[in-house]
Amino acid sequence: METVQQDITRGGQFIVKDTACENVFTPEDFSEEQQMMRDSVKEFIDKEVWPNKPRFEKKDYAFTEEIMKKLGELGLLGIAVPEEYGGLGMGFVTTMLVCDYISGATGSLATAFGAHTGIGTLPILLYGTATQKEKYIPKLATGEWFGAYCLTEPGAGSDANSGKTKATLSEDGKHYHINGQKMWISNAGFCNLMIVFARIEDDKNITGFIVEYDAENPNGITLGEEEHKLGIHSSSTRQVFFSDTKVPVENMLSERGNGFKIAMNALNVGRIKLAAACLDAQRRVITESVKYANERIQFKTPIAKFGAIKGKIAEIATKAFVDESASYRAAKAIEDRIQARIDAGNSHQEAELKGVEEFAIECSILKVAASEDCQNCTDEGIQIFGGMGFSADTPMEAAWRDARIARIYEGTNEINRMLSVGMLIKKAMKGHVDLLGPAMAVKDELMSIPSFDIPDYSEVLSEEKEILGKLKKVFLMVAGSAAQKYGTELEQHQQLLMAASDILIEVYMAESAILRAEKNAKRNGEEASKYQIAMAQLNLFNAVEKINNKGKEAIISFSEGDEQRMMLMGLKRFTKYTNMPNVIALRNMIAEKVTEENKYCF
Amino acid sequence: MKILVCISHVPDTTSKINFTDGDTKFDTNGVQFVINPNDEFGLTRAMWFKEKQGASVTIVNVGGPETEPTLRKALAIGADEAIRINATPTDGFFVAKELAKVVSEGNYDLVIAGRESIDYNGGMVPGMLATFTDANFVNMCIGLEIEGTSATAIREIDGGKETISTNLPLVVGCQKGIVEEKDLRIPNMRGIMMARKKQLTVLEPSTSESHTKIASFEKPAAKGAVKLVDKDNLDELISLLHNEAKVI
Ligand SMILES: Cc1cc2nc3c(=O)[nH]c(=O)nc-3n(C[C@H](O)[C@H](O)[C@H](O)COP(=O)(O)OP(=O)(O)OC[C@H]3O[C@@H](n4cnc5c(N)ncnc54)[C@H](O)[C@@H]3O)c2cc1C
Ligand SMILES: Cc1cc2nc3c(=O)[nH]c(=O)nc-3n(C[C@H](O)[C@H](O)[C@H](O)COP(=O)(O)OP(=O)(O)OC[C@H]3O[C@@H](n4cnc5c(N)ncnc54)[C@H](O)[C@@H]3O)c2cc1C
Repeated sequence: METVQQDITRGGQFIVKDTACENVFTPEDFSEEQQMMRDSVKEFIDKEVWPNKPRFEKKDYAFTEEIMKKLGELGLLGIAVPEEYGGLGMGFVTTMLVCDYISGATGSLATAFGAHTGIGTLPILLYGTATQKEKYIPKLATGEWFGAYCLTEPGAGSDANSGKTKATLSEDGKHYHINGQKMWISNAGFCNLMIVFARIEDDKNITGFIVEYDAENPNGITLGEEEHKLGIHSSSTRQVFFSDTKVPVENMLSERGNGFKIAMNALNVGRIKLAAACLDAQRRVITESVKYANERIQFKTPIAKFGAIKGKIAEIATKAFVDESASYRAAKAIEDRIQARIDAGNSHQEAELKGVEEFAIECSILKVAASEDCQNCTDEGIQIFGGMGFSADTPMEAAWRDARIARIYEGTNEINRMLSVGMLIKKAMKGHVDLLGPAMAVKDELMSIPSFDIPDYSEVLSEEKEILGKLKKVFLMVAGSAAQKYGTELEQHQQLLMAASDILIEVYMAESAILRAEKNAKRNGEEASKYQIAMAQLNLFNAVEKINNKGKEAIISFSEGDEQRMMLMGLKRFTKYTNMPNVIALRNMIAEKVTEENKYCF
Repeated sequence: MKILVCISHVPDTTSKINFTDGDTKFDTNGVQFVINPNDEFGLTRAMWFKEKQGASVTIVNVGGPETEPTLRKALAIGADEAIRINATPTDGFFVAKELAKVVSEGNYDLVIAGRESIDYNGGMVPGMLATFTDANFVNMCIGLEIEGTSATAIREIDGGKETISTNLPLVVGCQKGIVEEKDLRIPNMRGIMMARKKQLTVLEPSTSESHTKIASFEKPAAKGAVKLVDKDNLDELISLLHNEAKVI
């Protein structure tokens, strides 16, 4: 299979390789069909969900279920499901696009949708046998049945493989008996099927099972009360107790002991889709905020005209733009990767699995970045609304509470930060991404005298691209030296890993925005793309500042003397602009466009 | 029953309207286009005839290639095929002439158009089309039933409704009421995928005759600020209405 991987960018490779803007997919590249699907989803959400936001805040769980059924009727639960199992067989980009626009109005629906189509359905699609798929997938793809995913336990959260739930084979060898307790199970209240992870005997790894659930005939399954939560008020979240629940042996998912792998692979998809689920949420908050800011008069002036408010509008719009750019860039890379594997003879299932796994680093990066940007966006949204933002009568308050969960589930952001760097180092050790060569080259560069020529920056975003290249060097310098110093003990230096991860995240996100703006400037002209260019510049400036800070923190933590001085010099050199952008002017320009359009408009 | 639904491709109602070329052309820059709302009500009723009475539904538009996404949306909602007359519509007469040719050649029993389009609001096309094709005509149609070759149509009239019995072939100019807002359909995903496979025939126009010409466009004057007049100060109110607003 290695031959198919040569000419396509590998996951994680962005940190050592430059990407040409022509080779990234951007939201401006959606096909007419994709746009039509997006518009349909938007129309549905605007008509049926957004006006009913108060019902979602009043814990109307039945309403969530009703909307989920309607999504099923529109075909939206089967987007990623192959046609032979009653779905639409759409590619990864379309899957992300649909998830993006379904998820913006309320986190309750976003969670129900994500849990059902992602972790609820995917494990069967990715690991099920033909019989299992024929039996369950058509029901899940149409919304006749709903799925839930039972991994977390009271004693096993981030340490997901440590669960105590047991599966014991019956004497006749025909069933497993499941016993144990699961916690925080989304969709539990209305699901018909659960993916349950349990341990057989004293296995090192857990095993996955498909467990049917019928409230009339509960088979030893009892549900706890609905949890009282900060947000996503109409997403059903309950404990699930299993007491001698009989599961036919043919309902084991994949092989014994493969559960942890299933869980992790389902989470890869879940993570990138969670990033998508944070996009329209940001767009809606921005649009609502700017509408309010244009109407709210204080000191005889619409508050949108105040610089302090402009700064906020520009920053949140920029982050939404950046997150869109990176999410769809990665989505297309995954889609291409899956296609390349199919072309090389992999089964659909295998191709899908490996295609996403290849980009697990990007999935983690996106999950962290988009969930934190979404949180910040809703926070600034409240601030723009002032006192009204704090009132449950405006949409900001719920948006803020709903955004909070995205930093916790599908692997906390801390776990995902550590994973992003950890997986990259693992890839390097396997020889899939060459970190060592470039890291050595950076070391050599540090010893040499820097060039004082002023390069030609006449090409659009060329200075920004040069800086981006240098930011990659910061990561290589920090992570390379730290790995060299600590070896396998690096894992224990979590704050260092967090800093390295922040650098990695900033680089991927900044690069995605720059490439999108550059691609559009090249095809539509610089004038037509001036706002995208400004956002890419503003974001890069913020990234440089953050990387400077995190880089310093990291370097000082593990080096001393000459080595430290050299690396700090390097950091300075790698974060240096020839022409500093006037970010206040950039913010004004971006904000004025958004306020003029009275909505998020990029 | 063969139904033809006329689809006009119009700016979304929330669009900002601007003009170019010395106020003689509508500026389509940054404008979102949609199916004319009256036509969408008509199309939805046609879908009902298709599903309940086995009718076939063809949609037609006179317009350039840029209208095709709008046509494909109508196909995604469920129309069977589409025809586009490849011409920039120059006036209602021209559009009606071109549509008449399609109607005659295709032997349609029922033509559903909108009462008016929300772009140029001419309200002329359906009437002219009925005349050119020698069909019966009901305008302002808010209800329509077909039994064999007879039709019962309800028309909105000042202060009430009029029920009309007539026969096919028939042209209706419909509006909200022929179906309600809640009946409108959002294209489902399968419909969108199938739309790609449905026939969209492009025909060249047969005439270039038009009888009117747009001399220029002008936007309505911007609304002034509201002035509040004290309820006891009738003299001031009368003076303002007379001298400033010039309405009395
Ligand atoms: C609303 C909601 C819905 C959910 N839905 C589902 C679902 O459908 N199915 C399901 O299986 N689970 C679900 N979960 C569970 C969710 O995935 C877990 O809450 C999450 O993985 C974190 O686990 P925990 O709550 O036990 O936190 P802990 O693991 O106890 O973490 C607490 C804190 O410690 C940090 N931490 C933990 N380990 C480490 C480490 N090694 N290094 C550094 N920091 C660490 C964490 O980042 C966190 O900040 C849901 C949770 C919620 C709140
Ligand atoms: C790009 C563009 C350029 C134009 N340029 C000119 C111009 O240079 N000079 C000029 O005089 N006018 C111009 N027009 C306006 C054009 O004349 C009108 O769109 C056309 O005459 C229809 O008239 P109406 O809008 O008054 O339709 P109405 O009579 O109000 O429409 C009633 C119904 O007729 C049907 N219908 C209307 N138009 C169409 C259509 N094109 N295809 C299919 N069904 C239709 C629909 O069902 C609609 O609901 C232009 C329009 C467009 C879109």
